[in-house]
Amino acid sequence: MSLAVALAVGVVFAVSLRLLLQGTLWHLLLGLALLSHGTHLLLFAAGGLVAGGPPLALEGALAPAAGAADPLPQALVLTAIVIAFAVLAFALVLGLGAGRDAKTDDIDAYGGDRG
Amino acid sequence: MTNDLLLVAPLLAALGSAIAGALAAGRATAQRVIGVAGAGALLTSAVALVVHVHATGIATTQLGNWPAPFGITLVADLFSALMVLVTGVVALCVAVYAASENDARALGAGFFPFFHVLLMGVCGAFLTGDLFNLYVWFEVMLLASFVLLTATAGPSALRSGLAYVSLNLLASAFFLVGVAVLYGVAGTLNLADLAVKLGQPEAREAARPVAALLLVAFGIKAGLFPVFFWLPASYPTAGVAVSALFAGLLTKVGVYALIRVFTLLFPLQDAGGSVALVAVASATMICGVLAAASQAHVRRILSFHIVSQIGYMVLGLALATPLALASAIFYVLHHIVTKTNLFLVGGLIRRAGGSEALGELGALAVRRTGLAVLFAVPALSLAGVPPLSGFFAKLQLLRAGLDAEAFVAVFIAVAVGLLTLFSMAKIWIEAFWGEAPENAAPDPTLPRGAVFASAGLALLTVALGLGAEGLWQLANEAAATLLEPERYVRAVLGARS
Repeated sequence: MSLAVALAVGVVFAVSLRLLLQGTLWHLLLGLALLSHGTHLLLFAAGGLVAGGPPLALEGALAPAAGAADPLPQALVLTAIVIAFAVLAFALVLGLGAGRDAKTDDIDAYGGDRG
Repeated sequence: MTNDLLLVAPLLAALGSAIAGALAAGRATAQRVIGVAGAGALLTSAVALVVHVHATGIATTQLGNWPAPFGITLVADLFSALMVLVTGVVALCVAVYAASENDARALGAGFFPFFHVLLMGVCGAFLTGDLFNLYVWFEVMLLASFVLLTATAGPSALRSGLAYVSLNLLASAFFLVGVAVLYGVAGTLNLADLAVKLGQPEAREAARPVAALLLVAFGIKAGLFPVFFWLPASYPTAGVAVSALFAGLLTKVGVYALIRVFTLLFPLQDAGGSVALVAVASATMICGVLAAASQAHVRRILSFHIVSQIGYMVLGLALATPLALASAIFYVLHHIVTKTNLFLVGGLIRRAGGSEALGELGALAVRRTGLAVLFAVPALSLAGVPPLSGFFAKLQLLRAGLDAEAFVAVFIAVAVGLLTLFSMAKIWIEAFWGEAPENAAPDPTLPRGAVFASAGLALLTVALGLGAEGLWQLANEAAATLLEPERYVRAVLGARS
């Protein structure tokens, strides 16, 4: 399973990189979205993948049973997803505004600050 | 108990002012009062923290009483405390500047709440003892900076904002991938615990790619060569107070993270410094200063100089001797004060001369003698002219470089210092001497609070130069603590290690 997830992370990163380098607005935004998804997947897989071992402690026990999944990466991923969601939503609004301003979706034409 | 309170106080001061500011939305006077008072509270708590840490050593607190390494730890060693202190100083001056310079509409639109959220993120990043928590504070700081940048920038705001947001998202992805791999290797993200785990040779070997990932992530945020291009493209577009805050603090959070990671987790001092990082630092100095020389817009010139100055600080880290690290710390503190002030003065120049383009300015020294002095102090300090703070910072760094026999880097540092002087002289000649342009805007009066804020920072620059010994002493102590990671580990994890 680890290999499959590792390959999936690689594919997602590769696709997002390709999208980021396209130079148009929608590709950029999709690329950023995929980039954060790939990161989250990696973060999730980094703690080791366990199937069917929920990190729950039985009644009276102080720690989860042996072989349970590590809950920390799950907490980290949830935090990271919330943050990435907020930043992406902001980037989306910025992108929409910028595209409307420049009347093109070609990022190179935006030029940033040249004055 | 005292520890708990002192460590949380700067964060609470910023959070409280942000909430109070948000509740008082739309009322300009209330915004001014809350904004300045909040920054004052932050500065006060920072002073208390520095005094406490200096007297009793590294302070820690476990949030929610979860013992380290399971919960989130807040740690203040002397370096962190000094960074929080200078953040407080800059916050207060920029708040005073913004309160008097911004019009009521901009203040009503929510400048100060986001200003304080940004400060909270910066202080949190300085105080956290947990790598994932550092990521969270970075994002708090960045989200606030996105809003401040796009809300105050001119017509091209959305477009330059998009580049800024995208680049920062990319850097965050690098950071997070590094965090993930590190957790996979070591099974912990508490910095002190990581330092212990990475002390094992096999774990350090396995974690080596993480060092590269974190270098790239923090390098982008700090504006290192070759990933600094986003900085000069975005900073000058923001409003004056916002760009001054960014120029002073944001890149330095990246430098702080670099120093923390490469003294605690991947100690360069054990490896006798890093040739690669010396090369990166040198290239950063050269590229920044040469690019600045080709610009003709006040705050754009200053933005490129941020890049070149970052090179000096990272050079101090890369040499990794006690002297070099102490000079890097001194340099960071000096630079934050000086650079913030230069951006504030840039705003005053725009107000007095009606423009920031050097071609449209002239003869300000005749019409605005006070402004000329305000510009000259930080500008000469940036270039390293005695007796100002920049001279002492550069002197110590050069001494450290000579001691470490990094002669090429020392030569570059001296040459870049001269070129910096050239750039500052260019602004001086074009804006303060020469003929007044024909269609010069009539002199509006400069807002008194803004001048006051800038003068305060200028006085601090002079004081840091004349009384450099006191701060130098503190910088040395901070560097000594950084070079002994065991002290940090013991403070966080207790005696059991």
